[in-house]
Amino acid sequence: MSKIFETPLYPYQRSRDQDALHLVRHPVVIIGAGPIGLGAAIDLAQHGVPVVVVDDNDKVSFGSRAICFAKRALEITDRLGCGDALVDKGVLWDTGKVFFDTREIFNFDLMPDKGHHRPAFINLQQYYFEEYLLSRLRELQAEGKPIDLRGKNKVSAIGKHDDHVTLEIDTPEGPYNIDADWVIACDGANSPTRRMLGLDFIGRVFEDNFLIADTIMEADFPSERWFWFDPPFNRGQSALLHKQPDNVWRIDLQLGWDVDKEKEMKPENVIPRLKAMLGEDAKFELEWVSIYTFQCRRMEAFRHGRVLFAGDAAHQVSPFGARGANSGLQDTDNLAWKLQLVMAGLAPDSLLDTYNQERVYGADENILNSSRSTDFITPKSDTSRIFRDAVLDLAEVYPFARPLVNSGRLSVPCTYDGSTLNGPDAVELPVNLRPGSTALDAPLKASWLLERLGDKFQLLAIGVDIPDGLEDGGIAIESLRIDASESPEFARRYLGGARQAVYLMRPDQHVAARWTSFDKDAVIAALRTATGRG
Amino acid sequence: MTLNTTPNIAGADDFYAELLALHEGRSKAESDAINARLILLLANHIGDRLVLSDAMQKAVSAGRG
Ligand SMILES: Cc1cc2nc3c(=O)[nH]c(=O)nc-3n(C[C@H](O)[C@H](O)[C@H](O)COP(=O)(O)OP(=O)(O)OC[C@H]3O[C@@H](n4cnc5c(N)ncnc54)[C@H](O)[C@@H]3O)c2cc1C
Repeated sequence: MSKIFETPLYPYQRSRDQDALHLVRHPVVIIGAGPIGLGAAIDLAQHGVPVVVVDDNDKVSFGSRAICFAKRALEITDRLGCGDALVDKGVLWDTGKVFFDTREIFNFDLMPDKGHHRPAFINLQQYYFEEYLLSRLRELQAEGKPIDLRGKNKVSAIGKHDDHVTLEIDTPEGPYNIDADWVIACDGANSPTRRMLGLDFIGRVFEDNFLIADTIMEADFPSERWFWFDPPFNRGQSALLHKQPDNVWRIDLQLGWDVDKEKEMKPENVIPRLKAMLGEDAKFELEWVSIYTFQCRRMEAFRHGRVLFAGDAAHQVSPFGARGANSGLQDTDNLAWKLQLVMAGLAPDSLLDTYNQERVYGADENILNSSRSTDFITPKSDTSRIFRDAVLDLAEVYPFARPLVNSGRLSVPCTYDGSTLNGPDAVELPVNLRPGSTALDAPLKASWLLERLGDKFQLLAIGVDIPDGLEDGGIAIESLRIDASESPEFARRYLGGARQAVYLMRPDQHVAARWTSFDKDAVIAALRTATGRG
Repeated sequence: MTLNTTPNIAGADDFYAELLALHEGRSKAESDAINARLILLLANHIGDRLVLSDAMQKAVSAGRG
């Protein structure tokens, strides 16, 4: 049986556009059907926006790529309608262990605060992640939602105009052209779109190599993230072990800068390294072996007129922290509702500039965190190594040093502090739900809170009387009344010490503004601010 | 709180002797490691980020010229 990543899941089919007498113009073309392009397509189609997705391939991701999907990414896929499939297949974990030399120096629990629908993380091969997004996309197509996915369609030229974008697309049957009102470029870290438009991609290369081996074995290691600094089996370097579904284990061995990559990748060199780590008797097969170097960089701007960049095309981070796909999904989560409002003529074009503003802010946070992790894992000088080892030695004995250990600050959602879309705050309410924050989940009597949020503006009222619904300039606000008694977690997270609250929520489940009482004019003003009409 | 730069250690000579004794007979690598651990322990005790930043800056500037 061929593996899922070897199966053409969206083989080339001739499209009507290739025989059209006149150039066909599409509202939205998405370049790239990786996790981010697929996420964007599903989100827009669910909002009724017709999308064409073109990919130069016709299969899911190949090789060792993302495995850790964070809680926020799962919540986004819940909104996209495929969270359950991912979580059912994924390996759940929330414990991380840190080893130094031969000793386990401490372990940590990623989500000590219970009462969330989704776990802190699941591990799942990127090819499964993409497969489940593709199934969801097929499901939407079957419901008649307007998604046109075109395999073996490679964008080979792009032209930017004031009111549209032109695309030339190569196919096995030759090239054709289409026009688009809007283009979302999700064509990965080497983004041909970026290159064809002559745009920058600036940042830092980390002078280090990592051997990544996805290994199939029956083993009784627990479902935890194990990270070693300077272990006996990889002296002077780091190592990582992580479980994926189907008994596949991700092993990540730091090699250093001056290595012969060809040589290191040969099975006769890889196998002894893995045996040193897993034990002489370990029985395993190699699914994939590769050597990576990592970079942290981003485009200066993610919006260039009618071309919007998302995912790795816009920013790239080292994998320590699992921020690549996780942050890319936050891009399209941020973009889809804004684009839909602008396309519907309900919000000004400038709302899309806030996509750039908010997600550049998010990318900088991710780049900062990944750069710091990489600096801890690979000390850049003798002194930085001395401090790194001092932190590890102290961490074994004294809890104070544990927060300083940085083996990857695992992806958490970005709070858009300072965003121009943020409205008023009520400082009596808990600080981690201030405007710009992602909604925190909480159990309710009949569902989870996040299952009731998203895809539209909503007014969440707790202990406050609000009207049945509001509307301004064609944009509706749905009323959501939830009693504080639904769960202690809900009351604690949304009220803190306060007795009542009103939250204006964005379609991407972020807080737009909040108050401790209801004032219609204030809510309408905040809606205008949150939609760029302030 | 601000960084205290006036004399604050009772028995200054004894403290200094104790500090040197820590490093006696040790290799450079051992001493470097002890110093690093000591800085981290003390920094955590102080905790106040402004005081720590001030101390770091003064440690650099006092060495100039
Ligand atoms: C070893 C490793 C470990 C990682 N671990 C994690 C992790 O644990 N968690 C995490 O969140 N992230 C992780 N990442 C990062 C993650 O893999 C990426 O962030 C993610 O794949 C980005 O998705 P994307 O859709 O933006 O781009 P891609 O997945 O690169 O997809 C781009 C798509 O565009 C298509 N394309 C390219 N050019 C054209 C063209 N001219 N025309 C049409 N289509 C085109 C390609 O065929 C491809 O399908 C890891 C990466 C690596 C390498």
